[in-house]
Amino acid sequence: MPTIVEKVFQSHSRDRVEPGEIIWLNLDVRTARDFGGPNVVKHLREHYNGNYLEDPKKTFFTFDLSVPAKTIKYAVNQQICRDFAEETGMHVFDVDQGIGTHVLMENGLVLPGSTAVGTDSHYNILGAVGAFGQGMGDTDIAFAFRAGRTWFEVPETMNINVTGQHNATARDVTFAVMRELGSKGALGMAMEYYGDAIERLDLAGRITLASQTTEMGGIIGFIPPDERVLNFLKERSGREVRPVLADDDSNYVINKEIDVSGLEPLVALPPSPTNIKPVSEVGDVEIDTVFIGSCTNGRFEDIEAAARVLKGHKVKKGVTLKITPATREVWIKTIKSGVLDILMDAGAVVLTNAGCGGCAEGMCGLVGDGEVEVSTTNRNYPNKQGPGKIYLASPETAAASAILGRIASKEEVNE
Amino acid sequence: MKPEILKGRIWLVTDSSGERMDDIDTDMIFHNRWLYITDVKEMGRYAFGNTEGWEDFPQRAREGDILVVGRNFGAGSSRQQAVDCFRALGIQAIIGESFGAIYKRNAINSGMPLIEAPGIFEAGLKSGDVVEINIRTGEIKADSLLFQARPMSSVALDIYHAGDIFAYAEKLEMKHQ
Repeated sequence: MPTIVEKVFQSHSRDRVEPGEIIWLNLDVRTARDFGGPNVVKHLREHYNGNYLEDPKKTFFTFDLSVPAKTIKYAVNQQICRDFAEETGMHVFDVDQGIGTHVLMENGLVLPGSTAVGTDSHYNILGAVGAFGQGMGDTDIAFAFRAGRTWFEVPETMNINVTGQHNATARDVTFAVMRELGSKGALGMAMEYYGDAIERLDLAGRITLASQTTEMGGIIGFIPPDERVLNFLKERSGREVRPVLADDDSNYVINKEIDVSGLEPLVALPPSPTNIKPVSEVGDVEIDTVFIGSCTNGRFEDIEAAARVLKGHKVKKGVTLKITPATREVWIKTIKSGVLDILMDAGAVVLTNAGCGGCAEGMCGLVGDGEVEVSTTNRNYPNKQGPGKIYLASPETAAASAILGRIASKEEVNE
Repeated sequence: MKPEILKGRIWLVTDSSGERMDDIDTDMIFHNRWLYITDVKEMGRYAFGNTEGWEDFPQRAREGDILVVGRNFGAGSSRQQAVDCFRALGIQAIIGESFGAIYKRNAINSGMPLIEAPGIFEAGLKSGDVVEINIRTGEIKADSLLFQARPMSSVALDIYHAGDIFAYAEKLEMKHQ
C-alpha cells in the first residue's frame, strides 16, 4: 500500500506514482526568499514574456534572510521582488514577518497533504504538519512560479519508530534520531515518524524534528498530525483539515526502531550536526556567546523554555545571549507574555527582529575567529556561520550554558 | 522532435590505471574558481578542469561525443555549470552507473540526456568506441554489444524535446492558448 509521500503525490499528479518514477507534481504553494527571489524574477523576465505566474494567489515572496535589509545588495534585491509582486498581484510576506516556512504554517497556507516548494534547503520542515515541502534552486522555482508544477522522482520511504519515556527536550529527541541515522542515513528518502516519543511532541517540537531532515540526507520527514496540530491548522486556515495517513501495510524499505528511554541532554559538536554527544561527556567547554532561534528552535515554546531556565539567574559576565524569534507572531508573544522581562532581567543582550538570524549572514548570531557559541540553529559546518566554533543544543541547554559560561545542562544550574 | 537515437564516440571516464572513477563531484567537473563565468559558451574550456588526468578533455572532445561515467557522478554542490560545461562542448549525452540527485535534476532541466546504466563499466566498452543510444527505450548498442539501460522518464523526454525547462514552459503556454 502507498506511503504518505506516495499518497500526497498521487493526489497531485496524473502520472503513475511509484518509487523511482519521475512524475509531474502539482504545487499548492511556491515561494522565494530575499536571496533566491531576485534570480527567480530575472529568469521569469528573461524567459516568459509577461506571462509569469500560473496563479498569483499560490505564489509568495517571503523575506527572512536580511530583515530589514542590512546591506545595500539585499535592499536592492528585496525591492526587485516587491516591484515584481506589485506588477503580478502576488503577495509579499515582508521584512517584518519572519521565517517563510513558519509563516506558511501560521497562516494555514500549508495543510496535511499539501505540496509546496521554495528557495530554502529546510523547506521540508513542512513535514511537521504532514505537508510535502521541498527546497530548490532559483531555476526550478522560476519554473514552478510559471507552471504551477514541478517534476519529482518519487522517493522510497523509511519508517522510524521512536519510543520511550524521558525528561529531555524535542531537540534532544531530534539529536537521538540523528545520532542513529547519521548524515546520510535517510539519503534520498522520505521518512515517516511514529511512536510515543513522537506523539508527545507539540507543534513546536515537531517543527524542531522536521527541520533536521536535510541534515540526515532526507527528502521529507512526515510527522502524522495529531488533534492539537489539526486544530491549530483548522483555526488558522478556516477550513476543514484532514490528515493524510499511511496504512498498516504501507510499503517501507527500512524500518528503524529508536529507543529514547531515559534520554539525557545532547549536543552536536563542531564540525557537523550529526557529531553528537551527551552534554555530560563534553567536559569543560568554556563559551563566549549563546544564540536561541532559527527555524529549528525559534518558536515561542522554545524561547519560553529558555526563559524558565534563566528565571532568577543571570547570564554569566562576559557571555552574550542573543535571541531571534522565528516569526512576528512569536516576537509579539515573547514581548507581551512577560517572557521578554525574564530574559532582560537575566541579562540577555539582544532580541532581534524575527527571521533567519543565527544562520543567515546579514542578520544576527555569526561568530568570529576563536569565538565559541552554543546555538539552537541547525548547522555547525566549518565557516558556515563564521570562523568560530558552534555547538548545537536545545534552548534549555543553551540557556543553562549562558548562565554557567560553559556547556551545561539545565540540571546543573540549580546544583 | 529532436532525435531519440543518439550515435557518438564515447569517453570512458577512468583514472590513469584504467579504473572507473566514482564520486566525481561538481568541483572536479567545474571548479568554483571559474564560477564567475556566466556565458555558457565560455564554460566548455574548463570542463573536467579539476579532474586528475582529464584536464585536457576540452581540447580532445569533439561535438557529438558521449561520456560514460562511474557511480554518483556530479555529487556535491548544486552548480548548473557542471552540466553546462559539457553542453558547451557539444557532448550529446552522459551515460552513467549512477548520478548525484541534484546533478540529475540540473541535467534534466537543461535538456541534457542522462542515461542511468548500472553495470555499463563491465560491458566491455572502451574509449573511442561508437555507441548508439535509444534514449526512450534505454537500449545501448555498440559493435557486438546490446546493453539495457534505464529508459529516460517521460518527464525528462518532454523537457529534452522542448530544449530545456524554460522552453518546455513556453510550450505549455502555447497549449493553453
